[in-house]
Amino acid sequence: MGSDVRITVNGQQRPLGSARVHTSALDWLRDQGLTGAKEGCAEGECGACSVLVARPDPVDAGTTRWTALNACLVPVAALDGQEIVTSEGLGTPDALHEVQREMAVRGGSQCGYCTPGFVCSMAAEFYRPDRGSGAPGDHAPGEVGPNDFDLHALSGNLCRCTGYRPIRDAAFALGAPTADDPLAARHAAPPPAPVATHLADLDGTFVRPSSLAEALTVLRDHPDAVPVAGCTDHGVEVNLRGLRASYVVALDRLPELRELTASDTAITLGAALTLSEIETGLASAGVSLPLLGAVIPQFASRLIRNGATLGGNLGTASPIGDTAPALLALDARLVLVSADGEREVALASYFTGYRETLKRPDELIRSVRIPLPLPGVTAFHKIAKRRFDDISGVAVALALDVVDGIVVTARIGLGGVAATPLRASATEEVLTGAPWSSETVAAAAEVLSGEGTPIDDQRASAAYRSAMLGQALPRLWHESQDRGDRVVS
Amino acid sequence: MTSLSSRPERDVSVGLEVPHESATLHVTGAALYTDDLVQRTHGVLHAHPVCSPHAHARVTGLRPEPAYDVAGVVRVLTGADVPGVNDAGVKHDEPLFPDEVMFHGHAVCWVLGETLEAARRGAAAVEVDYEPLPAIVTVAEAIAAESFQGGQPTVVRGDVEAALAGAAHVFSGGIDFAGQEHFYLETHCSLALVDEAGQVFVQSSTQHPTETQEIVAHVLGLDSHEVTVQCLRMGGGFGGKEMQPHGFAAIAALGSRLTGRPVRVRLSRQQDMTMSGKRHGFDAHWRVGFDDAGLLVALDATLTSDGGWSLDLSEPVLARALCHVDNAYWLPDVRINGRVVRTHKTSQTAFRGFGGPQGMLVIEDILGRCAPLLGIEARELRRRNFYADDQETPYGQPVRHASRITAAWDQLVDSADIAAREAEVASYNASHEHTKRGLALTPVKFGISFNFTAFNQAGALVHVYKDGSVLINHGGTEMGQGLHTKMIQVAATALGVPLARVRLAPTRTDKVPNTSATAASSGADLNGAAVKDACDQITARLREVDAGRALPWEEVVREAYFSRVQLWAAGFYKTAGLHWDSSLMRGHPFKYFAYGVAAAEMEVDGFTGAYRTRRVDIVHDVGDSLSPLVDLGQIEGGFVQGAGWLTLEDLRWDASSGLARGRLSTQAASTYKLPSFSEMPEVFNVSLLSEAHEDGVVYGSKAVGEPPLMLAFAVREALREACAAFAPQPGFSVDLASPATPEAVFWAVRAARSCAPAPVTEGAPGVEPDQPSSGAPALHPHSEQVASRAPDNPVTGHRDRT
Repeated sequence: MGSDVRITVNGQQRPLGSARVHTSALDWLRDQGLTGAKEGCAEGECGACSVLVARPDPVDAGTTRWTALNACLVPVAALDGQEIVTSEGLGTPDALHEVQREMAVRGGSQCGYCTPGFVCSMAAEFYRPDRGSGAPGDHAPGEVGPNDFDLHALSGNLCRCTGYRPIRDAAFALGAPTADDPLAARHAAPPPAPVATHLADLDGTFVRPSSLAEALTVLRDHPDAVPVAGCTDHGVEVNLRGLRASYVVALDRLPELRELTASDTAITLGAALTLSEIETGLASAGVSLPLLGAVIPQFASRLIRNGATLGGNLGTASPIGDTAPALLALDARLVLVSADGEREVALASYFTGYRETLKRPDELIRSVRIPLPLPGVTAFHKIAKRRFDDISGVAVALALDVVDGIVVTARIGLGGVAATPLRASATEEVLTGAPWSSETVAAAAEVLSGEGTPIDDQRASAAYRSAMLGQALPRLWHESQDRGDRVVS
Repeated sequence: MTSLSSRPERDVSVGLEVPHESATLHVTGAALYTDDLVQRTHGVLHAHPVCSPHAHARVTGLRPEPAYDVAGVVRVLTGADVPGVNDAGVKHDEPLFPDEVMFHGHAVCWVLGETLEAARRGAAAVEVDYEPLPAIVTVAEAIAAESFQGGQPTVVRGDVEAALAGAAHVFSGGIDFAGQEHFYLETHCSLALVDEAGQVFVQSSTQHPTETQEIVAHVLGLDSHEVTVQCLRMGGGFGGKEMQPHGFAAIAALGSRLTGRPVRVRLSRQQDMTMSGKRHGFDAHWRVGFDDAGLLVALDATLTSDGGWSLDLSEPVLARALCHVDNAYWLPDVRINGRVVRTHKTSQTAFRGFGGPQGMLVIEDILGRCAPLLGIEARELRRRNFYADDQETPYGQPVRHASRITAAWDQLVDSADIAAREAEVASYNASHEHTKRGLALTPVKFGISFNFTAFNQAGALVHVYKDGSVLINHGGTEMGQGLHTKMIQVAATALGVPLARVRLAPTRTDKVPNTSATAASSGADLNGAAVKDACDQITARLREVDAGRALPWEEVVREAYFSRVQLWAAGFYKTAGLHWDSSLMRGHPFKYFAYGVAAAEMEVDGFTGAYRTRRVDIVHDVGDSLSPLVDLGQIEGGFVQGAGWLTLEDLRWDASSGLARGRLSTQAASTYKLPSFSEMPEVFNVSLLSEAHEDGVVYGSKAVGEPPLMLAFAVREALREACAAFAPQPGFSVDLASPATPEAVFWAVRAARSCAPAPVTEGAPGVEPDQPSSGAPALHPHSEQVASRAPDNPVTGHRDRT
């Protein structure tokens, strides 16, 4: 067992010590006496455990970006060889970091329990290398500061005391890092390389394979192995539902799973890219991707998106995963890979039951392919209680092509209304070939409101879910009229 | 001006805008919370509960043996281990180890392990046999089953029946509204140690260290002087740690006593949400009368609160609710009945506002729903009905400074540019079919003091050391509300020293005994006066030493020491002029009222019911602020927390007949949504009411912890206005659920669009609220008897917090 795992925390290398396979980075840090990071929910919803991790910069290859992550979700073994900075490493009471000083003097802390997590999330945005050249994604009024601070950076942090205004003011008062700031200087150097890791104890085994081939061999030999990337779902299972998987295989740094390319026929997104990497990667490549581009800023929170991947979101096959409806409407295909080779399947046929898919246990999702050309008229509607950091009650993704006033293709992806994400095929049929008119919209809306088999739960009633399906097309129609969309290509 | 409220002319630290005294520790992660002590303590055992999978069942068998087969399990704690009283409350209705489980998640026993993992696995191995019993989950079920607990008080004035009979307009209706999870970021936590003499030291995240001490003592069969409780600070309390920490502290203390090792009890978020009490949800039915001018002439209402499985603080919460149904409005003839149902849920408890918000929701809902039926704008209807100076509340207390409500209202109408914005909203609504805006103003009048007179006392201990440095202790706890910051400012002002000379030590029961809970917004009023009393004693002695020489502080202190003058003092304070008869529900329970006014502008999307908070303006009364940055934080934070209660925060309990009946289905942060950054008002202007000096309170200040939460009714009423704007013609009365989630707003919009018949009944007799039966018990007369004579049992009867 004696592990070689070493992690650099606040500039100091530390051995793994007594931590076990399923020990979270948060519990390990606290056992090290670094109690700044706190447990508030143990499921990545509150951000009290946020820490900074040195990650590859998705824009500027070969450089490093300080990335805020929920330490409660990540097994500490997954951070072998990596660099972490906690609130203690940013500054001390006698020598506050700029982020800490602004938070302190502006009343950004009351009880103080959420504060170290806020400080780390805020520091990540403070150090964002392209801060000053615009924040990616859509923003509501007031969400970007005069210093280009993107408030979405704090979307995964909850505060129960302040009401947030002083925290926003602290964030918007930040200047730029000084030239001699060591954490800013860290950007120019390469990120720590992934380290092949093998850690085993009585509870199970954690493996970070050194290659895709090794990963596929492990999956073939251990059919019960759990593949993980950002652990944003896996960590919840471990913490809240006591999952102690016998084999955990970390895939998030395998280069074969991290490509982002656009050809004449398709956009390919690696399954192990984080949603944040996709967001910044698409923006820096100048690719505007409808639907998925609209999903990402609404997908959980920045803290989660910094870990969560398309492979994970589709691999868990949750009926309320937000990327599936958008990718269904984009007619996406999945590249599945195993030791036996690759195959490509349509996402529309991928989901076979509640959290079940046609992916075999020995297969991985390698990438998602979105065919070109992209649809002309699109809308993504996420129905949830909160704009930031919430899970959908209903998600509807609409993609239409309208030529000479006629709907020539219609694809509608739905989430939250059945045991799987699904296509609204009856509605698509009504729309296809019909004139793009308010009459068609009304007729199709009627059909759409009857799609799926929605249930009552704590997020929404079945009646509301059906009503939201019925509202989707009228809303798209209304918005497209308002925008004066050019729907004739 | 009294000596307590007047400020000195120089060296005044109160009123300075200073950050929280622990701010630099918070932001660096250096601030220690109870669970952070575990890493600094050797040999700690971890506790994990064995929780009931039934909402109501008899425990017919308990076999802990299999847990001992799990590696790392050290001890299973059961009822047989309790040397003292097997009860976690002060009313003796909360067995610590129950034979009959009363809610889904009720802990039957606890397992101690070398690691939390070992304890968790041990808990899973314990075998428990249950005989399921029928469970009551909803208030309606409880009313039907006549499942009531505690007293059934009535606040009555005049002849409500005659007044209703003579009213020009009579309306009746009802509303059933939800409670709220505290969701302090730090869950319940206690760490207990036993020393060489068998004395117990419990570090606990508690708002009421004295009561935690008393419960630990009675569970262990010890006297209070053998138990010390310390609270370093809390990661939020909001009332959730007033009564609820005691049982968890007792488990830790019992475990430590039995094993001789430190024991940690820290709940996971799921356990905390499943096991600990919440804000009470209420059901209310009412009949209301107005005259032709829209003036309220009578209100007949019955409020039924969902107490959960035991009484806890339900009675005083109910009393405060009944005392706040009037909010800022003069109700000439009134009858307000209250009762508490027993359901098989967590035992609901204190939560910022303590029933006040629930009482006020009833009247604000009535005014919001009746205004369109009367043909009067809601803003105008509210203003017309404000109290005039020295009119009496329904329970007989004159409303001093009532004109401040109107002053604050008019100040806000002006500063928030309400008239022009109402026109803008109307024009926006006329030109937008699918999006509507609403603008609303609501007032707050909130009574300050514990209803129960005895609780309005506090102590402090102030040391001046020979070098002139000052150390203060007081009975209040710090949960983020900035109490310690204010106490340092009070001490520095009273002694005339710089803030940096004063340090504050953590709250401990062996420093200041017999404290009241840090609750009822009273922390700064009570403890501030006690700190000032101690400082004033020292100052008086030093003045004699100085004898007019105006020596520098350090010199006079040194000289005092060598002259053998006592340099420390114990301070004490009790609020004068209070009285309250809970069996009659009459008296003068409050020292004063805190006032505030809020205006909110909301925008509603008609397709989904989703909404945004476009702008909020607040004028709030904090007297002469002790600490403006702290007070601003309380106002803003309270407002957002109140908005969360009224909009997003949606507690759902499984009311089906399935196996999960009674289970809290929103038991995690992923399903229970509190406000995040996206709910922060886009424009948020807060100002303090000027010329608001409060005579007779420490340095002219006012309490600020709870009242701002109720400013959030402006959000709910603005949503109602926006929903009404979807109706084809004006005058539509909107029935809005609480919480007004996007789904609830969507249904309200749909009802408005289709002009669904108003759920408010017009005319007599309408819906008549239930009246108490002749044999209904009065409210907690027992505790007042206890207060007036020596109690047989020192731990009973101290329960009338408000």
